[in-house]
Amino acid sequence: MIKDILKILESDARTTPKQIATMTGTTTAEVNKLVKEAEKERTILKYKTIVNWDNVENEQVWALIEVKLTPEKDVGFDSVAERVYRFPQTRSVYLVSGTYDLFVLAVGKSSHEIADFVSQKLSHIEGVQGTMTQFVLKRYKEDGEIVEGKEEVKRQPVIL
Amino acid sequence: MSTNPRGQRKRYQISKRANQLSPSGIRKFFDLLASMEGVISLGVGEPDYATPWHICEAAIESVEKGQTMYTSNLGMPELRQELSRYLKQHYNLEYDPASELLITVGVSEAMDLAMRAILNPGDEVIMADPCYVAYSPCVVLAGGVPVMVPTSEKNNFELSAADVEARVSNRTRAILIGYPANPTGAVMSRDKLTEITEVAQRHRLLIASDEIYAKLVYGVEHTCVAALPGMKDSTILLGGFSKAYAMTGWRIGYAAAPREIIAAMTKIHQYTMMSAPTMGQVAAIEALKSGEDSATEMVEDYNRRRLVMVKGLCEIGLPCFEPKGAFYAFPSIRGTGMNSEEFAETLLTEEKVAVVPGSAFGECGEGYVRCCYATSLADIEEALTRMKRFVSKHRID
Repeated sequence: MIKDILKILESDARTTPKQIATMTGTTTAEVNKLVKEAEKERTILKYKTIVNWDNVENEQVWALIEVKLTPEKDVGFDSVAERVYRFPQTRSVYLVSGTYDLFVLAVGKSSHEIADFVSQKLSHIEGVQGTMTQFVLKRYKEDGEIVEGKEEVKRQPVIL
Repeated sequence: MSTNPRGQRKRYQISKRANQLSPSGIRKFFDLLASMEGVISLGVGEPDYATPWHICEAAIESVEKGQTMYTSNLGMPELRQELSRYLKQHYNLEYDPASELLITVGVSEAMDLAMRAILNPGDEVIMADPCYVAYSPCVVLAGGVPVMVPTSEKNNFELSAADVEARVSNRTRAILIGYPANPTGAVMSRDKLTEITEVAQRHRLLIASDEIYAKLVYGVEHTCVAALPGMKDSTILLGGFSKAYAMTGWRIGYAAAPREIIAAMTKIHQYTMMSAPTMGQVAAIEALKSGEDSATEMVEDYNRRRLVMVKGLCEIGLPCFEPKGAFYAFPSIRGTGMNSEEFAETLLTEEKVAVVPGSAFGECGEGYVRCCYATSLADIEEALTRMKRFVSKHRID
């Protein structure tokens, strides 16, 4: 049940408890209860909106930053990651396999802000061995949504 | 030879057989619909999804590689093998890919071929009323005579074996069934289907079973007629990829039947179609190999919409029996005092919501309309709001 509810909310956070109740064949009270629980357990982290900022005047710069860490005794990756994700410029921080360790999505008002963040903050964190910053030039797809020019499926009137 | 009003002979004639077919009752709605803006259509019985991308990509790649020729008349061997594997896995049915399977241009062609392969002029085919608009014309075009068995909401639009048996004559050759059903969304229980197969066996009739909606069932299991005891040899199983994999435009269907019947159907198919579209067949292979997850996801989504649609219809005063399959709701519109055609036409003009009058599917469809819920939730909600306004305005209590 909770999985069904989460799937519905993940695709549209504005679905009302009443609608969810209908879609899952349960009561509104039950949906409210399960959602409350999920919020409390932090299964539901937050309800957000996917915005296409290019449509409004808004300076925003995105960068994908690969971060190489130095494995140190007694200092796990988690504690370094924590020091990284505390910076408000980081929108997502992942531990990844491969040639580097952390993958950071940073968002700032200008490329300067990102540059400052990387050179003044990120690279100074103990345990960070090196960084590689890639500025995002264009967003094609965001969280499963095509950003621009999403094609509508056009059905022809047919008889069947 | 027919004449024009001035008594001159026309340059052409229209065959009696073509004239015998009644024009589809749905056509004029779609003409009206095409001329209007802002219409929410619950009219078209087609997934609103585009074909899953991995399926499209397989087809695109095949075109890039120059795989653009005809295929074997029966269909690509790999597709028949995959289909054979699929039928074995899902229904424990064993069909020889080399002689018992035929790939067709949609299940529509398979139905047409089946009727043409088994009927002599005047042979009767028993089918449910209401049923899919093409069943009766397919029989007529093959020279046969459709014999309708009324079904009703009271019996969940299931065919009753007694009613079927009462209509068996010495001209009866086959029973044509299509469950999950278009337009009602009804599903036949295994027990009820078994009773029908017993009638067929008693009277040595074939069953042509259109199972195009087999994967679209909600909370119940689909029963494949051919898989019922002793039925494989007297069933023409018809299926396709359109509904479950959102592949309507690819036009790929199939027939699985005893060797002799497939051979007869193949003869007609090779003279009229040659082969099903090559690109579509490649897409169908991909669908069978790895389309299960996308199909399941779509079915889960249809189910959510189904629940919203059915509850919504009942709440606004259009009582609706619970459809357990396909993607149609079939609410009763009797509370408005209108007939189904009037209802559909007035609803379209006044509230710009398109539904299909139940009468288009047979006499027993009168008093109902077909609402397809394979459309976005937002559209379903908006359609329900408009229909609520419409019903309160026209209700006769």
